[in-house]
Amino acid sequence: MSQMVFEERKDQFFETGTDKPFRISCDKQSLAGAVSQRACVFCGSRVVLYPIADALHLIHGPIGCATYTWDIRGALSSGPELHRYSFSTDLGETDVIFGGEAKLTRALDELIPLHQPKAAFVYSTCMVGLIGDDMEAVCKKATERHGIPVIPVMSEGFKGNKRAGYYAACEAMFRLVGTGDTEGIPPMSVNLLGDFNLAGEIWIIREYLERMGVSVVANITGDGRVADVRRAHGAALNLVQCSGSTMELAKMMKETYGTPFMRVSYLGADDMAQALYDVAEFFGDAQAMERAKEIVSEELGRIYPRLKRLRKDLEGKRAALYVGGAFKAFSLIKSFRLLGMKVVLAGSQTGTQEDYEELASICEPGTIIVDDANPLELMHCLIEKDVDVFVGGVKERPIAHKLGIGFCDHNHERKLALEGFVGMLNFAEEIHATVMSPVWRFTPRRTLPRLEEVAA
Amino acid sequence: MKSNLAEKRDYVSSTNACKACMPLGASIAFKGVEGCVPFLHGSQGCATYMRRYLISHFREPVDIASSALGEGEAVFGGGPNLKQGLVNVINKYQAKAVGIATTCLTETIGDNVPAIVKEFLDAAKVEGPGGKMPALIHASTPSYAATHAEGFHAAVDAIVRQLAHPVARHSGINLLPGFVSPADIRHLQEVAKGFGLKATLLPDYSRPLDAPAGTSYEILPGGGTPLADIAKMGGAAATLSFGWTPYSQAAGRDLQERCGVALHDLGLPIGLRQSDAMFEALAALAKREIPSRHADQRGRLLDAMVDGHKYLSGKRAVVYGEQDLVIGLASFLAEIGVQPVLCASGGRGAGFRENLERVTEGLVRETVHAEPGVDFYRIAELSRELKPDFLLGHSKGYLIARELGVPLVRVGFPIHDRFGGPRLHHLGYRGAQEMYDRIVNALLEQKQSESNVGYGYL
Repeated sequence: MSQMVFEERKDQFFETGTDKPFRISCDKQSLAGAVSQRACVFCGSRVVLYPIADALHLIHGPIGCATYTWDIRGALSSGPELHRYSFSTDLGETDVIFGGEAKLTRALDELIPLHQPKAAFVYSTCMVGLIGDDMEAVCKKATERHGIPVIPVMSEGFKGNKRAGYYAACEAMFRLVGTGDTEGIPPMSVNLLGDFNLAGEIWIIREYLERMGVSVVANITGDGRVADVRRAHGAALNLVQCSGSTMELAKMMKETYGTPFMRVSYLGADDMAQALYDVAEFFGDAQAMERAKEIVSEELGRIYPRLKRLRKDLEGKRAALYVGGAFKAFSLIKSFRLLGMKVVLAGSQTGTQEDYEELASICEPGTIIVDDANPLELMHCLIEKDVDVFVGGVKERPIAHKLGIGFCDHNHERKLALEGFVGMLNFAEEIHATVMSPVWRFTPRRTLPRLEEVAA
Repeated sequence: MKSNLAEKRDYVSSTNACKACMPLGASIAFKGVEGCVPFLHGSQGCATYMRRYLISHFREPVDIASSALGEGEAVFGGGPNLKQGLVNVINKYQAKAVGIATTCLTETIGDNVPAIVKEFLDAAKVEGPGGKMPALIHASTPSYAATHAEGFHAAVDAIVRQLAHPVARHSGINLLPGFVSPADIRHLQEVAKGFGLKATLLPDYSRPLDAPAGTSYEILPGGGTPLADIAKMGGAAATLSFGWTPYSQAAGRDLQERCGVALHDLGLPIGLRQSDAMFEALAALAKREIPSRHADQRGRLLDAMVDGHKYLSGKRAVVYGEQDLVIGLASFLAEIGVQPVLCASGGRGAGFRENLERVTEGLVRETVHAEPGVDFYRIAELSRELKPDFLLGHSKGYLIARELGVPLVRVGFPIHDRFGGPRLHHLGYRGAQEMYDRIVNALLEQKQSESNVGYGYL
C-alpha cells in the first residue's frame, strides 16, 4: 500500500485504531499528475444550482463544460424542466481574442425571451476568468432589460476545488433570498437545503414532514423554484443535508435573517428517524413528535421484514466508500451497520478536518480514512482490505468491477431513491443485488487464488 | 423535391451541444497508444469530467492525469505543475508514453508546452520502465477551437509527427481508422490479417477501452499501438486513412509529405460501396484477392438488403454525430433505400455538404439537408418539421426520438443509455450487416408496438 501513495499525499491518509492521534490533511489543491477523482469549482456550482428547474442555467465558456453536464443527473422536477437543457455561449477562437461579453449579452437576449425563465444563472468557466469578461456588468444590464434576476456565478474551474464552487453557488442563491413575499408562511416551516431530489427523494422527505404538520417553503435545490428561494427567509428553520454544499447559504441566512439551521441526513433508517425527531423537538410541538414516532414505527415496520432477510446474506461482508462529501459517509456507515456489514475504507473528495475527525471517531479500528484519492490508491486499499462492495460514483465503478468487487452507485447520476425509509430498503436491495451476484464466482481475481488453493 | 424547412434561425448560443471538446478526443486517441497515459494540461475538472463521460460509454477505467492548475498557475504559468505532474505519472504509472493535451485554460494563458517538455527532458531525473524516459507527446487542443473529432485527429497527427520519422522502407501498411468503436478496430485488424498484411493501426484502443476481465485493475491496460510500430510508420508501403474531412487526413498527409508514404485516403468504410472501396484498396496493396470470408460477408449483406428492402424503402432518417461518421452513415442509408432527410453535426469541418451530396448521389430522391455546426435544439426543430421515421446517431438524440415517438438506432459515441456501445460494429460488410438488421428491427418493433392487433408474425 505505502508505495502506492504519492509522497506528497501521505498526510491525506489516516488509519483508525492505532495510538496515533487523529490528523489528516485536506481541502488542498489536487496533486498534479495524480488522477484525482475530483472535479472543479464549476462542477461544485453546477451540481448545487442545477436542480432549480425554472431557471436558465447558461454556461459561459467553450462547449466542453456544458456538454459534460447536460442532463446527467437524476434531479427530478414536478413542473418545469428548464434545468435539463444545456445552455452555453460556446465561445470560440475570436471570443478568446476579443472577449466574450458581447456574445454573452446576445445569448441572454435570445434565450430569456425564448424560455421565459424566472431567473438566469450565468456560470463563468476557466477561460472567462482569464479573458476578463465583466460578468457582473453584463448580468446587471440583462437584469434591467429582461426584468428577471440574472445572476453571475463565479465558478472559474481553476479558482480552487469543488468546495469553492459550492460557495459560489450559495453566494448566487443568497442574492435571491429575501426578495420574495413571505406572507402566509406558517410558523412550523422549514427550507430543505442540500437535497437535490435525485429519483424524487425530496418528495419522500416532504411527505414525512407534511404528515408531521411541518410545511416546506423552499427546496434548495431539488425540484427547486426561483420564487421559493426568494421567500426562503420566511421559513422558521433551515434543514441542511449535504452540509458541504449548502452550509454556507445556511450561515449567510442565519447572519442576515436570523434563520437557525440544523444538520440532518435522510440516508439510512437511523439518521432519517433522527432528522424527524430533531425537527419535532426544534418546534417543541408534542403532536409533531407523536406523528414523527408514528411515521418511524410505521415505515420501519414496512421495511424491516425484508431488511432482516437481506441482512442474513450480507452479515459480515466488508464495504468501502468513496463519496463527494464526507457527511454522507456517516449515514452510510450506519446503514451498513444495520445490514450487519463493516466499513473498512471511507474517503471523500472534499471533506473538512471536522468531517474527517468525526468520521474517524465512528469508524471501527483499522478503517482507512482518505481525502481526495485516485484510482491507484483506491485500488490498493480495496485489495488490502479485501472489500466485498464499493460505494461511489461512475468514476469509481470500473475500479471495483475490474477487481471483481460489487459496486453501488451513490452519486448524483443515480436513478434510484436512497433517502428515507424506502431509500434504506432500496439501498439494501442494491447492495444485496451486487454482493450476491454469481458473477464474482467467475471473475479472474476471485477464481484464481481459489484454484491455487486447490492445487496446494 | 426539396423539403420545406423553416428558415434557418441563427442562434448565438448553443443549447444541447452535438459535440464535445477537443481534449476529450485527444484523450481517446492517446488511450490507443501502448502504455500511454493521457495528460490534460489544465484545471482538474477537465480530466474528471472527461473521465466520467468516457467511463459512462466504455464502462472501462479511463485514467486521465491532470496538471491540476490553480489560481496561481493560471497567472504565472502552468509549467511547474506540468513538470511535477509528469514526474508523478511516470513514476506511479510507469508509463511508456504520456499524451499531453492542452485545454482552453492553458491555451489562453499561452503556455508553450513543447518548450516546457523540452525543459523537462533536459533536466529530467525520472526514469520510466526499463530506465527509459517515456515518449512525451503533445497535442494542441484548445477547447474553443473545434470539436472532439478535431481533437482526436490532432492527437493522431501529433503522435505521427513526433514519433514517426523516415526509416527504411518495409512491406507493412499504416491504417488510420479515425474515431471508431473498439469492435471496429478489432474487425479491421482481422480484415488486414486476412489479406496477409502487416498493418499498424493508429490509434488502437480496442483493448485499453474494451479490456477483458483480468485479475486486477490494470493501471496501464495492455494493448494500444506498439511504440516500436509507430516508429516504423514512416517506412510503410502505404497509408490507408479513413475520413472525408480535411482534419481526419492530416496524419496520413504528414506521413506522405515527410516520409514519402503513399496515401490512400478513403471515407469511413460504412455501407456497401465504401466498404468495397476499402476491400479493393487492401486487395491492391496485398496484391491478392479479397478473402472468401469477406466476399461471403458481402454476399450475405446483399442478400439481407434484398430480403429487407421493403421494410426500408422510402423511409426517412435524421442522422447526426461526428462529420465523418455522418457522411458514412448517409452513404449507407442511401444504399438501403432510406432518405437521410437531415445530416447534422456539431463540427464545422470543410466539405461536409459536398461529400454528403457525393456519397448519396443517384440514390436519394431528395436533396440531403446538411447542417454542420448545429446543436440538438436546432436538430429538434428541424426534426419536428421533417418527421423522420427514425433517428440514427448516439444517445444524446434520445429526447428528440422520444418526443417524436420514433425509434433511435444507436451508433457511434457516446452511448450513455444502452449497454455495449464499444462493441457495436459500424465498419465493413460486418458493420453494415449489423446496422442493417438493427434498423429493420427497430422499424418492425415500432410497427408492432403501434399496432392494436399484436401480430407475433411479421
